[in-house]
Amino acid sequence: MGRERMGKTLYEKVWEAHEVRKLRNGQSQLFIDLHLLHEVTSPQAFGMLRDLGLRVRYPHRTFATVDHIVPTHDRTEPFQDPLAQSMLEALRQNTREHGITFFDLGSGNQGIVHVIGPQLGLTQPGMTIACGDSHTSTHGAFGAVAFGIGTSQVRDVLATQTLAAQKLKVRRINVEGRLAPGVYAKDVILHIIRHLGVKGGLGYAYEYGGSAVEAMDMESRMTLCNMSIEGGARIGYVNPDETTFQYLEGRPYAPKGPEWEEAKRRWLALRSDPDAPYDDVVTFRAEEIAPTVTWGITPGQAIPIDGRIPFLEELPEEERPVAEEALAYMGFRPGQPIKGVPVQVAFIGSCTNARLSDLREVARHLKGHKVKKGVRAWWCRARSGWRGRPRRRASPRSSARRGLNGGCRAAPCAWP
Amino acid sequence: MLEKFTVIRGRAVPLRGEDIDTDRIIPARFMKALTFEGLGQYLFYDERFDEKGNPKPHPLNDPRYRGATILLVESGFGSGSSREHAPQAIKRAGFKAIIGESFAEIFFGNATAIGLPCVSLAPEDLAVLFRAVEENPELEVEIDLVQKEVRFGDRVAPLFLREEAREALVEGLWDPIGELLEAGELLDAFDQKLPYPRRAE
Repeated sequence: MGRERMGKTLYEKVWEAHEVRKLRNGQSQLFIDLHLLHEVTSPQAFGMLRDLGLRVRYPHRTFATVDHIVPTHDRTEPFQDPLAQSMLEALRQNTREHGITFFDLGSGNQGIVHVIGPQLGLTQPGMTIACGDSHTSTHGAFGAVAFGIGTSQVRDVLATQTLAAQKLKVRRINVEGRLAPGVYAKDVILHIIRHLGVKGGLGYAYEYGGSAVEAMDMESRMTLCNMSIEGGARIGYVNPDETTFQYLEGRPYAPKGPEWEEAKRRWLALRSDPDAPYDDVVTFRAEEIAPTVTWGITPGQAIPIDGRIPFLEELPEEERPVAEEALAYMGFRPGQPIKGVPVQVAFIGSCTNARLSDLREVARHLKGHKVKKGVRAWWCRARSGWRGRPRRRASPRSSARRGLNGGCRAAPCAWP
Repeated sequence: MLEKFTVIRGRAVPLRGEDIDTDRIIPARFMKALTFEGLGQYLFYDERFDEKGNPKPHPLNDPRYRGATILLVESGFGSGSSREHAPQAIKRAGFKAIIGESFAEIFFGNATAIGLPCVSLAPEDLAVLFRAVEENPELEVEIDLVQKEVRFGDRVAPLFLREEAREALVEGLWDPIGELLEAGELLDAFDQKLPYPRRAE
């Protein structure tokens, strides 16, 4: 009797609601509420679908955009790179043929795939979300169970709206207390990864909570969940609350009117129960988290801003070869303080930190200053629909006056 | 009918390095393509070739290991991105299996789903295997997914592989599409029951 009464985590509740059936090999067939597509990992999947003579089963559950190959400097078509152009054409053709909504260039909604999901209100609590991109964990900020998949799995979702999946363990990560000024979500997640390791999350979904996480706005929570994968966890999520609802209310694809009230009730019930059992619980003190700098070649090689590069002997033996490689690559000495190392390139953006709030924060610090001579500074926005919105604070023109280069030449996002 | 993987035999190529990420396996610029065909030639491209395209010293360029079909790696192999291009490049370069200490989650799933078994050995056994292959590139290595062991020389080492992945490989069920499609009308019930995003009028 006690067993049935035991509470459940959000992950477990969502899993149960989406488990279609057990597969012969012991995995589960999991229904995917929302499937997001982009041009890099989807053309092969549509090709496989064609080879098998299959159609997209529920096109109303798939949304596509183009992000990785979009040139930043000149978006006139055809692009300078004919291969990039052909990838865009392929996505246009595939989405048209299968009746999938496509946020194309110029639609005002095109942008980094896991940023537009939340901004358009496609991402909602309790949903299972899949996309051919490891940073799909970002959507977990909304209490969704979201994860990156490979191209063969993109095919599976297109054809059946389901995946063969294995249930993960859940690790609750509490961050209690108040973050010091100048400490942001990215410092928090780097701190967590530094302590749990880049492989620490293997086999786990990370549930973030505690007073410091509850106090975070949605964009900070997205940063936190985005980088779960850098800590080895395929899924990271935060239980939905009033902050989540305030963000979603009124977004184009969010429920409206009575449906909105009903949705909120449903979402609140999905929160992990207070007595839910976890496979592991780890607690961090917010006050102990300093602005964090990664000094090497993996996200686990992080130190507080007042720290120093570690000596090899201080590291666990298995981390030493990678640390040695990092020291050589970066040209650092063991024991060297990180403070005082000159900045050569400032990159403001990427799929972890390219939201309007991030750019505002940078603008606040830049006000009245110019980028130092010899420093290369770049910023790039995550979604083209902002055109005009951040203008008052960080328009491309005023940024250029400060020596900031808008956009990035290569890709506006980490590749999937 | 999908291939059933029971025993995989071949010579191995030792590739040392912890946490080798997918961008090293297949650099992002080679993903600008509409198919996976031809990806094999770009496997570890930036580590195998310099800027002018001349070969650099690398186990995959080493003539002693030419024709090897088993890739030997250390821990955390395949971290970073979700790109299936990484296991696709390995498979298309002629590899039939990977032996390592541990694999990144998404990489492992992607590799299994395209019929590229990734098996783990205990660190001591892996170290012995690395040394054995480095000393004798002709050494034949046997991965036995039924007996759950890796055999080489006179050594037998237990292999570790998630049971559901092992069964899928042995039973020829590693590509789940057929079984997923069988759910048929059951899927419609889920589609009707579960909400999806709709744009308000």
